[in-house]
Amino acid sequence: MDAGTNVNYLAQAFAWIADPAHQGGPGGIWARLGEHLLYTLIATTAAAAIAIPLGYWIGHTGRGRGLIVGATGVARALPTLGVLTLIALLAGVGVGAPLAALAVLALPSILAGAYAGLDAIPASTIDAARALGMSEWQVLTRVEIPLGLPQLIGGLRSATLQVVATATLVAYVGGGGLGRYLFLGLKTQDYPQMLAASLLAVGLAITGEVCFGVLSWLIGRRRPLALSNE
Amino acid sequence: MTWLVNNWSTVLQALWSHLALAIPAIALSFVLSLPVGWLAYRYRWSRFVLVTGSSLIYAIPSLPLLIVLPALIGTTVRSPVNVVVALTGYGMALMVRSTADALDSVNRDTVISATALGYSGIRRLIAVELPLAGPGLLAGLRVVSVSTMALVTVSAVLGIPSLGTLFTDGFQRGIVAEIVTGIVSTAALAVLVDRALVAIGWLLLPWTRART
Repeated sequence: MDAGTNVNYLAQAFAWIADPAHQGGPGGIWARLGEHLLYTLIATTAAAAIAIPLGYWIGHTGRGRGLIVGATGVARALPTLGVLTLIALLAGVGVGAPLAALAVLALPSILAGAYAGLDAIPASTIDAARALGMSEWQVLTRVEIPLGLPQLIGGLRSATLQVVATATLVAYVGGGGLGRYLFLGLKTQDYPQMLAASLLAVGLAITGEVCFGVLSWLIGRRRPLALSNE
Repeated sequence: MTWLVNNWSTVLQALWSHLALAIPAIALSFVLSLPVGWLAYRYRWSRFVLVTGSSLIYAIPSLPLLIVLPALIGTTVRSPVNVVVALTGYGMALMVRSTADALDSVNRDTVISATALGYSGIRRLIAVELPLAGPGLLAGLRVVSVSTMALVTVSAVLGIPSLGTLFTDGFQRGIVAEIVTGIVSTAALAVLVDRALVAIGWLLLPWTRART
């Protein structure tokens, strides 16, 4: 491909996105984007519902630390496509299986984030809270959880990004989302359409990353003085 | 297990293709991150730009990147070069930061002593700072290697052979054993390469041996 055709492809991709015929309706860009976000939301929420309590439990009691080390190692080494195809094959084609796979992929980062937040708190801070007469529950909810928020947000950030990225592959196993256009384009050798889908997916991921960046910056600004001189 | 026994050569072939994509990408991200990481270490102002830039690169989903790249650099979607470039980008996103941090961790007094002994500029960097940053560089490289080994597999949906082909083929033909073989061999290969990196570190950084 020479430079001329490259520009041409990009122009065609943008034209594809801008075409009103591709935007509305049940198979339109907005609907697919909605599906994509819904998958991300469901999978991340499901993962968080399991990972946050577990991470807090490990962080508070100090039991089962090996699980955290294992989880973070596995998170990096696990091929997402393998997990997705395996679960899809075992559970049958439908939207439930890919959602479960996405949740599995989101688990380790959230678990590590929840744990790291509690682990980073100086022991003296926890002792001080106990000395003030706080119950274990109060120590957790009033001291540990608020102080550990930045790391938890960090974990949620990597998990969400991972899920947003992998949700593109859901269409490969028969689901919807922005990946639909990508695989349709791949099948019909329609490069502009593949490119359009990819640009949308990249744009979504970057938007997500920027949103989380702003969120963690805001939380960082509001960190209590007690820990600001760490 | 029966599947693996009957398809031994297919797996082996996929394994080699996998390595042929992953190893150049890992090596390139290491080598290219050295000057960029040094820049981030030497000039504070560039640090923010590089660190933010690399976190943005890492946020880009891999499959869409593999499709957008050809439009930017003129490769084709099914070309292995395309995959190596994409993986190098992800590798650098992790490695530039590790390189800057590793150089940061070198004891200031040591650097000042080296300067006093007459080491200057590039010679001090190569003879003193880089070797002392070795353990940090190795730690970064191991992370890059593990994540690259897993990332390679995504390119299989575009028809580029790797261990990921076992996922796409297994899914299309409904063979669970093939997918499981793919996951296990991807993980095993990642561990193997990781061990190899540790061994290289053991050879090149003899002063760190006592600690382990």
